[in-house]
Amino acid sequence: MDLNFTDEQKAFRAEVRSFLEQKLPKRLSDKVRLGQRLTKDDYEEWHAILNERGWLAGNWPKEHGGAGWNAVERHIFEEETTAAHAPRIVPFGLAMLGPVLQKFGSKEQQEYWLPRILNGDDWWCQGYSEPGAGSDLASVKTTAVRDGDHYVVNGQKTWTTLGQHANMIFCLVRTSKEGKPQEGISFLLVDMNDPGVTVRPIVLIDGEAEVNEVFFDNVRVPAENLVGEENKGWTYAKYLLTHERTNIAGVGFANAGLANLKRIASLEQSNGRPLIEDPLFAAQIAEVEIALMAMATTNLRVVSAAAAGQAPGAESSMLKIKGTVLRQEINALTKQAVGPYAMPFVSEALEAGSNVGPVGPDYAMSATPHYLNNRKLSIYGGSNEVQKTIIAKAILEL
Amino acid sequence: MNFQLTEERQMLQDGLRRFLADAVTPQALKAAEETGSSPEIWAGLAEMGVAGALFTEEQGGFGGMGFDLMTVFEELGRAGATEPLLEILLAGGLIAELGDAAQQALVEQAAEGGLQLALAHGEPASRFDLERVETRAVKAGEAWTLSGRKSVVVNGAQADRIVVSARTAGEVGDRDGISLFLLPKGTAGVEIRDYPLSQGGRAAELVLENVELPADALLGEEGRALDAIETAQARGTAALCADALGAMETARALTGDYLKTRKQFGQPIGKFQALQHRAAEMLIEIEQARSAVINLCGHLEADRATREIHVSATKHLVGKAARLVAEESIQMHGGIGVTEEYDLGRFARRLSMLDQRFGDATYHLGRFVRLKAA
Repeated sequence: MDLNFTDEQKAFRAEVRSFLEQKLPKRLSDKVRLGQRLTKDDYEEWHAILNERGWLAGNWPKEHGGAGWNAVERHIFEEETTAAHAPRIVPFGLAMLGPVLQKFGSKEQQEYWLPRILNGDDWWCQGYSEPGAGSDLASVKTTAVRDGDHYVVNGQKTWTTLGQHANMIFCLVRTSKEGKPQEGISFLLVDMNDPGVTVRPIVLIDGEAEVNEVFFDNVRVPAENLVGEENKGWTYAKYLLTHERTNIAGVGFANAGLANLKRIASLEQSNGRPLIEDPLFAAQIAEVEIALMAMATTNLRVVSAAAAGQAPGAESSMLKIKGTVLRQEINALTKQAVGPYAMPFVSEALEAGSNVGPVGPDYAMSATPHYLNNRKLSIYGGSNEVQKTIIAKAILEL
Repeated sequence: MNFQLTEERQMLQDGLRRFLADAVTPQALKAAEETGSSPEIWAGLAEMGVAGALFTEEQGGFGGMGFDLMTVFEELGRAGATEPLLEILLAGGLIAELGDAAQQALVEQAAEGGLQLALAHGEPASRFDLERVETRAVKAGEAWTLSGRKSVVVNGAQADRIVVSARTAGEVGDRDGISLFLLPKGTAGVEIRDYPLSQGGRAAELVLENVELPADALLGEEGRALDAIETAQARGTAALCADALGAMETARALTGDYLKTRKQFGQPIGKFQALQHRAAEMLIEIEQARSAVINLCGHLEADRATREIHVSATKHLVGKAARLVAEESIQMHGGIGVTEEYDLGRFARRLSMLDQRFGDATYHLGRFVRLKAA
């Protein structure tokens, strides 16, 4: 048992930190710190900066142009970037599709698509959920019917995050109605500029339209865009879920959120004293902090095991639940800390560069939108109820 | 013991529920979002004389008791109406209690729906502390001059009259030395920034710079307004908690319907015991909240110490219940629960803002401890 990072890991942390000091544009970190909205250009700018350094795809092996980091190195990178208020790396191409192509894609697919992901030539989005297939993902109904050297796709996907920016979507589609529902699903890459694809934004209760519905009406997709074998898509989707989840706890986000909460609580006054000195409020912050300290170690235990080559099992689900609930609690406490100034909803102020300023202190403007928006954390990526069922199945062996 | 509404209140509840169920349309909500109030709903409420239920007969109304407030505001919350009736209760209540005959005529006008009101008391640094007033009013000859800032003044830009507090003596944080003034719309020196609120409706930031008011703008006795402000906020807290109760009932009803109709894994999701228990938990907390609102409404006319203990007990408990119901309703709905298109969203937003006004659950927990120890 040794809770310390190795000298190499410490040196790596220092290297990441110094890179961020030099290369992370203040314009971007200010936006992230204030919770303002990031544009497509913002994300692409940050991706390009990381790609130039060879750090955009930390989880990819070097042969595919990735950094080839192990899970501990990825964890350190994540901690440093979130602490520095760097934009998040948009995960769809880099964290999700990339590893699937590397494991199950053809040589041609790898050679064509992987460099395009790194260079930002394509913006990918995820076509998994459907109106009737949420927690019960295996019941997807979008069909792909083989017609010569094409598939003809019909159906609807939903909750497609940042789909408004995307030109490509990777989809779970039904290619067979035989056998169990899981056995008739294929993994297909669809060009969103093809005729028959329609994107409709969904406005969420924080006023933002970051998710979309995507409709497919007789969309003709070249058969070469099938990843792996027909009807094996469920296996690939599950691979993605079990192997790409070391960051699922969101420790970095939680730490950054906690630091922000403490800063706000030290600036807000209650009864003539800083709010952070109110014993009841301080106790609530402390409870979160104590839980986060333990979760960070749980996360490192899982990360270390993953770095040693073990595939995480139910631990992923535990981290997903604990991590999302803690982040939501931090959001709720931040909204609370802001007090009455959490009530104004001035959407324009969340756009950097707009001439509409925030009402009240600048740290107040994103408290309520973030609180509302992050209710999604316990819903997406397999709801926390689904995760609990996975854990229960693993331990009860029923 | 009798937990039934009187016949009059039952009629008011039935009528209001029927009216609002039809009147609160997406168009009406849009109008209220843009201008603070929907003309149709406001006129309808005036026609029913709803604001009259907020005042006693001697104040020109026909109610004014705690359970009158509960009856009205529970229905507003249930329908998700965003009309600024709470502002009539707060500002109108202060005018009715402290005003002279001429000023009290305003209450009658407001009760008939002919006048919009607002209370400007909170300031950028006051948070939930009623006595932290920094805005100053200075008397020179026959006139008052006010300077300072007021924050999140609900209905502030729309109000025909704003009841504004200012310190005429003492230091920030003193209970004594706070006075109230009637500020007519359009008074010179008042800078207003009007904006929408997360829960619906509008509020404003007020900057008062050497605002001159005549001597008769003073409301009540100079320097002794805090007790009345506290009473008004106690009544406002009862109204706001009743509003949250109504919104919780709607969130629960929407969630119940969804659990029965949404199918996953080949069955309605309400068949899953994990969700059944959570729905039950939610119901238990709503019933707790109902009793807490009844406790407060039943003690609004009690002595100050008793009343304020109930204010803090109720605001704490209802605050926690509202958070639970908002979050659990969303969770049991899944993604659809966080969309603007689906009706739950605006109720969840309304519930999530309960804590931001008149003190959050933690604030009132601490206050409850202090009041009980006193």
